[in-house]
Amino acid sequence: MSTLQMPKVDNAIMSKKDKIALDLRGIINSKNVLSNPDELRPFETDGLTAYRQMPLLVVMPETVEEVSQILKYCNENKVKVVPRGAGTGLSGGSMPLEDCVLMAMGKFNKIIEIDYENRCVVTQPCVTNLAITHAVQDKGFYYAPDPSSQIACSIGGNVAENSGGVHSLKYGATTNNLLGIEVVLMDGTITKFGGKAMDAEGYDFLGLMTGSEGLLGVITEVTVKILKSPEVVKAALVGFPSIEDAGNCVAEIIAEGCIPAGMEIMDKALTKATNDYSKAGYPTDAEAMMIVEFDGTEHEVEAYIQKTKKIAEKNNSSSLKISKSNEERLKFWAGRKAAFPACGVLAPDYMCMDGSIPRGKLAEVLNEISRLSKKYNLPVANAFHAGDGNLHPLIMFDANDKESLRKCEEFGADILKYCVKVGGALTGEHGVGIEKRELMCEAFNDKDIQQQLTIKVALDPNSLLNPGKVYPILRKCAEEGRVHVHGGKTKFPDIPRF
Amino acid sequence: MSMEEKQNSQTSLDFNQNIFKPTSREEIVEIVKTCYRKNIPLEINGLKSKSKIGRNFQSEKTLDLSDFKGIIDYKPEELYIKVKAGTPLKEIIEELDKNNQQLAFEPNDFGYLFSGESNSGSIGGVVSCNFAGSRRFKVGSVRDHILGFQGINGKGETIKSGGTVVKNVTGYDLSKLISGSFGTLTILTELSIKVLPKPETSKTLIIKNPHLKKALDFLGKALSSSTDPSGGVFYPDYFGKDFVLNDLTHDGGLTAVRIEGPTNSVDQRVNRLSKELGLLDQELSILDNEQSNIFWSRTKNLEVFKKLESNLLRIVLPISETLQVIQKLKSYDIKYFVDWGGSLIWAVFETLNAKILSDIKDIVKKHQGYITLIKIEDDLKASADIFTIDPIKYKISEKIKRSFDPKRIFNPGKMYTGI
Ligand SMILES: Cc1cc2nc3c(=O)[nH]c(=O)nc-3n(C[C@H](O)[C@H](O)[C@@H](O)COP(=O)(O)OP(=O)(O)OC[C@H]3O[C@@H](n4cnc5c(N)ncnc54)[C@H](O)[C@@H]3O)c2cc1C
Ligand SMILES: Cc1cc2nc3c(=O)[nH]c(=O)nc-3n(C[C@H](O)[C@H](O)[C@H](O)COP(=O)(O)OP(=O)(O)OC[C@H]3O[C@@H](n4cnc5c(N)ncnc54)[C@H](O)[C@@H]3O)c2cc1C
Repeated sequence: MSTLQMPKVDNAIMSKKDKIALDLRGIINSKNVLSNPDELRPFETDGLTAYRQMPLLVVMPETVEEVSQILKYCNENKVKVVPRGAGTGLSGGSMPLEDCVLMAMGKFNKIIEIDYENRCVVTQPCVTNLAITHAVQDKGFYYAPDPSSQIACSIGGNVAENSGGVHSLKYGATTNNLLGIEVVLMDGTITKFGGKAMDAEGYDFLGLMTGSEGLLGVITEVTVKILKSPEVVKAALVGFPSIEDAGNCVAEIIAEGCIPAGMEIMDKALTKATNDYSKAGYPTDAEAMMIVEFDGTEHEVEAYIQKTKKIAEKNNSSSLKISKSNEERLKFWAGRKAAFPACGVLAPDYMCMDGSIPRGKLAEVLNEISRLSKKYNLPVANAFHAGDGNLHPLIMFDANDKESLRKCEEFGADILKYCVKVGGALTGEHGVGIEKRELMCEAFNDKDIQQQLTIKVALDPNSLLNPGKVYPILRKCAEEGRVHVHGGKTKFPDIPRF
Repeated sequence: MSMEEKQNSQTSLDFNQNIFKPTSREEIVEIVKTCYRKNIPLEINGLKSKSKIGRNFQSEKTLDLSDFKGIIDYKPEELYIKVKAGTPLKEIIEELDKNNQQLAFEPNDFGYLFSGESNSGSIGGVVSCNFAGSRRFKVGSVRDHILGFQGINGKGETIKSGGTVVKNVTGYDLSKLISGSFGTLTILTELSIKVLPKPETSKTLIIKNPHLKKALDFLGKALSSSTDPSGGVFYPDYFGKDFVLNDLTHDGGLTAVRIEGPTNSVDQRVNRLSKELGLLDQELSILDNEQSNIFWSRTKNLEVFKKLESNLLRIVLPISETLQVIQKLKSYDIKYFVDWGGSLIWAVFETLNAKILSDIKDIVKKHQGYITLIKIEDDLKASADIFTIDPIKYKISEKIKRSFDPKRIFNPGKMYTGI
């Protein structure tokens, strides 16, 4: 581990490992409780691979009753629990704690009901995002939010992170496509929020749970809405001589009243890297490249494409290609979707940041990032959900070199602070996790954070469910910025940990 | 004393009055802190256009936010507007009109219902009730358009969540939680709301059809088609006369589907849809942009229930259940119309008593839906549960309420006894 401090390890729990394993084997099928290091190893990290930690035990429940009984047991015995979906999270949300029971939801992998009349799918949480679309596409339907990790990530993880994707610009993130969930609280209470009827009455617990990063409850069932697939989808690939021109073009397209299905920008470095990797036919001489996609009926798409063409030309576009077939459109996307592996070729490791900014600040923020890149002497490539201001700088570094990791962390933190400074947010879709925990004080003051912690404590009084995530471990960090830990000692050992 | 302290002491409030009409956040904070210290409940009002919704409750003091208003920041190109919570919706809409933008969630205007004329209330009230209009199934509810807020919790602390950008998952999404909380969690002071460009054209396909079953069938097909409708309602025969428009001379029951977007695509989709639904020319009329807007504005304003004397219930269901529920409700003396493409029923009950109400609730619950009592007689209101809740959710709600408002001073009992 680098400079991140995790909640204090409970030695009493550590010493009772065998007893806890035995008790858990009494609750669920004993082969679903993993305890030896070889079995635990695959669970030591999520998509944020720079940080690793083996859990005390792994449990793999098969029914909601089992989840409930395990949580009840852990609550009564003060054992920490970390929920895990597919482990693709990029902020360390499902990274284990040394003294935790990792609850792997992998066995909840079935679609329960496809309901075309109400246009929804009821599913277990560890079904992958893409599997939902696959289950309904023969009837011409699909599930709209499309994180790049959709072949692997679980729908439960999507709910916990409120994940988005390229098409969130038009169709919203997970929270806007969710109708209901079944949740188990830390005390074992099983309940349902929402359902097939829209906007359940009473407090919006569905909204509260979505994006709560596994801190408030374990999701055991998900009901999502499905949409009719659009008839026509077309994309344009546009090159620009400067980031400013690309940024202005994005702002103008939106202001003109066109809401594309997706609108992405990549900088020159990433355009080149992805083009080399996937032969997508990108304009590699352009300083910035935009992919803009429209969907709908034929006339609608045509009208928007023509409008986009005009706006792009007005903003000095250096090249413009419109997809003539679905294959060509998918080719446009192939490069963008390979952004991560393409960076993997360039450096031993990369860290994907996830700030959100007002669209108008795009050029300013990218200039700052390239200044920081020089300062830290680490290369960076930028992908950007431009339509909704969600920025993904990919910082390249070497995780085996401690100094390189430290510089990468600081570089990332500086980018996110800058995002907040220009009126944006620390994270647009990847969540806070452990990665951005100590930066929460950049976005919120002590009172804001305290209000959130009060909600956490109301539902999980002993702070056992996924502790050490999202909220700063040292609450008084407002003046501190990022917390540094030297020799394993924290500066304020007596301040309560959440 | 520093300048700042001096200014603060000047706002020192006279606590003998029963209605506070603050104009600054500092005043609200001071009022709440005093109420918190003295354990005094507060009724929170925006423009009171929806104050009759919810349970009656006793409170010594009233917080009237109608003077706490104004647009703080409107960035059309960034698609958001930031306003003080007491700002009348009307003012916000007028401002957005100047830039050809809109609040896509089309909030209901309950003024016609209660007093016969428009009173769309304050934005704080709209968010606190979370009642969205006809675009609900396409664009989401009010809560889906709240980017962030600032509010005062029950201890008088100023808190915020979210921001002004669309993509934001930093911390719990409290903007969702405060939407539809009827002023029981925080006093909202500032709201940042997503705005969207108005569609170039709106057209409405009106199908002359008095039968509910057929209507639901049309709506189901329309909403599952790739023509992407943004509204779907059914009005039975008795409301037909309320919609006499130039292009709509038919005065019987009707099913209406709205299509919005760029002009040529709207025409194409309207044609497509009428073909897909297998409609003959004599069965349908098409409302042009202007008439279409009038039609949907009347729907959103519940104008068929203008100055209603009797009881109004709002019933939300999975679409598949609507037919059966309405058939069951027909054994009572009801008038209704269906919105949200089939999942929302606005139903007027000529007579309503505790027994009937409880029976209706059972029916709706059995079909996985819920009821909100929008307007009922005062006697009944005193005894009835306005919102229904199961014991588990009650317990969770109680905990959440406490986490915001530990002494229960905000609208106590407005949603549930004890909350
Ligand atoms: C003299 C008079 C007579 C009336 N007669 C009737 C009548 O007979 N029947 C009838 O139904 N209506 C009547 N009304 C109108 C009715 O009171 C309004 O409909 C009103 O309730 C709606 O205002 P609003 O939309 O601003 O929100 P409000 O109605 O003020 O509030 C709606 C909900 O939101 C909450 N809320 C509002 N602002 C905030 C905020 N900033 N922070 C947190 N919570 C907030 C409130 O607590 C409430 O729960 C009358 C009004 C007056 C003045
Ligand atoms: C290559 C790659 C590309 C990506 N692209 C995107 C993208 O475009 N957009 C995007 O938003 N994200 C993206 N991600 C991030 C990640 O895929 C998402 O955050 C995803 O939702 C995580 O799902 P998961 O099942 O892997 O969850 P995990 O990583 O297992 O867990 C994530 C969090 O959710 C909690 N959790 C998981 N399941 C449950 C449950 N059932 N109940 C309660 N809590 C639970 C965990 O405790 C943890 O805090 C990407 C990741 C990778 C590796």
